[in-house]
Amino acid sequence: MAAIDMKNIVKKYGDGFPAVNDVSIDVQDGEFMILVGPSGCGKSTLLRMIVGLEDITSGDMMIGEKRVNDLAPRDRNLSMVFQNYALYPHLTVYENIAFPLRLAKTPDAEVDEKVRAASKTLELDEHLERKPGNLSGGQRQRVAMGRAIVRDADAFLFDEPLSNLDAKLRGQMRSEIARLQKRLGITTVYVTHDQTEAMTLGDRVAVLKRGVLQQLATPRELYENPGNLFVAGFIGSPPMNFLPATVEGTSVKLPFGSVDIPADKAEKVQDKGLLIAGIRPGDFEDASVVDADRTGSTFRAKVDVVEWLGNEAYAYLPFEAPPEVQAQLQQLERDLDGESLRTQLVVGLDGTSRVAAGDDAEIWVNTKKIHLFDPQTGENLTVDKERAGRLESRALNSV
Amino acid sequence: MKQKIGMVVGVALILAWCLLPVAWIISLSFKSQTAITNGSPGFFPADGAGAGWQNYQDVWDNEQFRRAIFNSIGISLIATALSVIIATLAAYAIARLEFRGKKLVLTMALVIAMFPVVSLVGPLFDMWRAIGLYDTWPGLIIPYMSFTLPLAIWTLSAFFREIPWEMEQAAQVDGATSWQAFRRVIVPLAAPGVFTAAILTFFFAWNDFVFGISLTSTEAARPIPASLSFFVGADPFNRPASLLAAGAVISTIPIIVIILIFQRKIVAGLTSGAVKG
Repeated sequence: MAAIDMKNIVKKYGDGFPAVNDVSIDVQDGEFMILVGPSGCGKSTLLRMIVGLEDITSGDMMIGEKRVNDLAPRDRNLSMVFQNYALYPHLTVYENIAFPLRLAKTPDAEVDEKVRAASKTLELDEHLERKPGNLSGGQRQRVAMGRAIVRDADAFLFDEPLSNLDAKLRGQMRSEIARLQKRLGITTVYVTHDQTEAMTLGDRVAVLKRGVLQQLATPRELYENPGNLFVAGFIGSPPMNFLPATVEGTSVKLPFGSVDIPADKAEKVQDKGLLIAGIRPGDFEDASVVDADRTGSTFRAKVDVVEWLGNEAYAYLPFEAPPEVQAQLQQLERDLDGESLRTQLVVGLDGTSRVAAGDDAEIWVNTKKIHLFDPQTGENLTVDKERAGRLESRALNSV
Repeated sequence: MKQKIGMVVGVALILAWCLLPVAWIISLSFKSQTAITNGSPGFFPADGAGAGWQNYQDVWDNEQFRRAIFNSIGISLIATALSVIIATLAAYAIARLEFRGKKLVLTMALVIAMFPVVSLVGPLFDMWRAIGLYDTWPGLIIPYMSFTLPLAIWTLSAFFREIPWEMEQAAQVDGATSWQAFRRVIVPLAAPGVFTAAILTFFFAWNDFVFGISLTSTEAARPIPASLSFFVGADPFNRPASLLAAGAVISTIPIIVIILIFQRKIVAGLTSGAVKG
């Protein structure tokens, strides 16, 4: 077991393009660290640099107290689970799991003991004599994990391990990985593009965009205090709504009307002109089901579509955004690998709400949870810096 | 149903076409020499014309023939082994490494494979005599290797390209050196390719006649196809057809055995289950 300390890591390919640009992340001993971001953000490259499958252009990769930049993968004592499992098809499950031990010339009795222990943990006992070709996706996934846990590695590295599984299995394996990591208490770096995995698994989450670290914080901090537009849009499902907004005093003018925000927030955003307001769908509610004593503002708007899911419902309210904000929002959408056809507000409603499509509904909004972003830099002007983990100022210019 | 009948008829026709000469050779090998000289039209030996195993006995007792079989087996096996080992290493480099002149190597290999064998015999004859390789095993092994390597390299590099990179990377993370990853993971996965290449090489070496007859002069290295042509018997106007037939049958046995052994290793789809398709 060991901490992994990445110091100013840069990866440049032959054409000079920095796939990973000056990233510093300290993974504590025993911590579960998530690297998350849309495709092409450099998260997998970073992981492969930790394990030694990619060269490091500059910066220091420290495992424990040792600089490992120039060590071969086999000398780093890390174990890795690949996205496509990379099992050895000519070996049985038993020999697949035993492979690292065999390479280390471990005595047979010890190999047997360790393999059986790993297979017990992962419930692979009845499959030990089978070949990987005869296993289901979830079983192969577990064999790959067995190969990782069988030896005493300093850390586990996961490269999108669940992306090849179907949705139901993914949920099960997710909790399985979390349980395993907590039990073994081993340092773990986990790469994913799925914000749900990032939120549920990580002790801390590093959000990356185009090779640049955006924010390094706990899932709660990321959700409640995103440092910029990108993080705000990436974390949370359904994603945060972004609306054009102008602030006068404590009143924020949104496309649907004005709402009042707390004075301490308003103070930070005076005289900034046109801003982007970020409000999570869950911070809205049908005004008729909100308790009267809850603080917040209400506005009226026409509902376009309602999706009722039983315990909750989502209402869609289209709006027009001014061109300055429009361009910024479209860029953001591209960064998030998405493609939205129209600017619309997604409002989360309680399942008991009777709001229907075409209604002119009264919507309540929790104004304490409104974030206000600078449309040029993408910076969250209302962020609570104490509770936002580590923010990267460099991330702002690149928005 | 109609389709099935057509299928059966087609298969029967092809089998007859391919196997009739083989059957005829076998039939000849069991007839006595005099019966053949006198004309023996039937497939099965006529009464009194059968020779039983006598022809085989005679061929086997022939010192020249035994030497030739020994030469052929030795030369072919060594050429196959060397060719496959070199081709495996070369193909792995071609499939995995980026180096200058990679295209050139592959093109050159193809050019060599297309080179007419006959055009090389003359120069090789001169060279081998000058450097003392004439009428030796290496004198045949070297040309066999150079003609089979290109095909083996092409076959194997196609197999290596099919193996996902992650397999080696996983092995390296698990603690293997590059060599260990190659030997313990990549070669077993490429086994079907290795054995395909081995069969092709063995075929070429075993069946070669041109090099065999021109680069040898004695039993020291003469392989079986060349040796059979020297099998004239006592009377040059009356070639011992039945003995030749028996010799031909014996010389096909090793190749059938080799193919049966290697074919088992050529199991398609061995890589299934390595990675999520």
